[in-house]
Amino acid sequence: MAEVHLPATLAPLFAGLPRRVEVDATTVADAIAALEQRWPGLRDRLLEPGPSIRRHIHVYVDRERAGLESRISQDSRVDVIAAISGG
Amino acid sequence: MTRTLLMIGTRKGLFLLASERDRSAWRIRGPFCESWPIYHAIHDPGSGTVFAAAASDWHGSAVWRSSDLGETWAFSSEGIGFPDDDPRSVSKLSTLAVQDGRVLVGAEAPGIFASGDGGESWSLLTTLAGQPGSEAWDDPANQPPGHLGVSAIMPDPDDPSAFLTIVQGIGAFETADGGETWSPRNRGLRADWPRPHEEVGFCVHRLVRAPSDRDRLYQQNHVGVHRSDDGGRSWTEITDGLPSEFGFAAAVHPHDRDTFYVIPLDPGHARCMPEGHAAVWRTSNAGGSWQRLDRGLPQENAHLGVLRAAMAIDREDVPGLYFGTSTGQLYASFDEGQTWSELADYLPAIWSVEVATIE
Repeated sequence: MAEVHLPATLAPLFAGLPRRVEVDATTVADAIAALEQRWPGLRDRLLEPGPSIRRHIHVYVDRERAGLESRISQDSRVDVIAAISGG
Repeated sequence: MTRTLLMIGTRKGLFLLASERDRSAWRIRGPFCESWPIYHAIHDPGSGTVFAAAASDWHGSAVWRSSDLGETWAFSSEGIGFPDDDPRSVSKLSTLAVQDGRVLVGAEAPGIFASGDGGESWSLLTTLAGQPGSEAWDDPANQPPGHLGVSAIMPDPDDPSAFLTIVQGIGAFETADGGETWSPRNRGLRADWPRPHEEVGFCVHRLVRAPSDRDRLYQQNHVGVHRSDDGGRSWTEITDGLPSEFGFAAAVHPHDRDTFYVIPLDPGHARCMPEGHAAVWRTSNAGGSWQRLDRGLPQENAHLGVLRAAMAIDREDVPGLYFGTSTGQLYASFDEGQTWSELADYLPAIWSVEVATIE
């Protein structure tokens, strides 16, 4: 299971959403879809219609900047970051 | 128990101020909505729900709602988005209104979404497609943020299918059929720039309607203050006597259609009250003359900005007038603007002020 680390801004929006979630997924898109299954509405907080990752949301897989189609392995760490957006 | 509720939309969340009906003591609560930037908030007297239009740089746009005056909150953006074949995106939700049991929210890029289930889900009502000027706001190169959003929705009190709206930098439009068809409402306005269309190209900042006369409208425009006596079909400029033709906020007296308030600002980069002297200006004769109202407001080094949705007036016999600043002060007057007091300081930058009387 890959381990997804979520930003602090996301947790208060969904009941029971922890900062660290294990998901069974092969791509970033799959991982977000898995999260959406458990916390409906979460996908829209990370993705624009299209879909594409929101401008100020950055995703890293094993420390490398990633896109929706980036591959995830069973022992990957996925970091979802609420990136620079001013003070 | 009757009380007055102020809804203050700020760069860092929504704040609620409540008072007994005498408006002498205020309790501040907030920030709500997880401190998302709140561009506008309203109270729906039908359902008792507070709605707040929000846009997070990180997590996108949504409408927050509370059915218990701020104790608990939920949000939704379900259905808020343009069709898949439309390359534009929703970069901001700017303005809210309630009409005929449905909630309307205006967006940037220009569009209006409607909810018939109390804000749980939304659907696109209109993009005002085909209106003169829409080729500019429909251009994907202008999005986002195109600064061409829907910045106001003003329901007609007598007709549940009619409302006015503003597209920033383009002008005012009116629908008589719930958003199906539209007509520009800018005749007589002034513009100091070239315009490709006769009917549009006007920078309407704020539009208000006199509660005592549905045909009496006022607007603060990028260039000038204007009055309409025919529901917006034609406009007459009433700027003469004001220190600046520029400003954003405006309010009209609830019981006297001829009394109207504006806050003139420096039109340059500052966009603050001129020369650091804070003042509200009032006409009591529909723009024939203006009085400066500054008692109780700071008169030295007060470089205060007030944005388009950041002044409100309640419906009491002697109405309360409220405005919030871009530097986080909230001022009020309970004597027709003669004297002012500060209700709050050190709030985040204030983007909107609305008031409701809760029975």
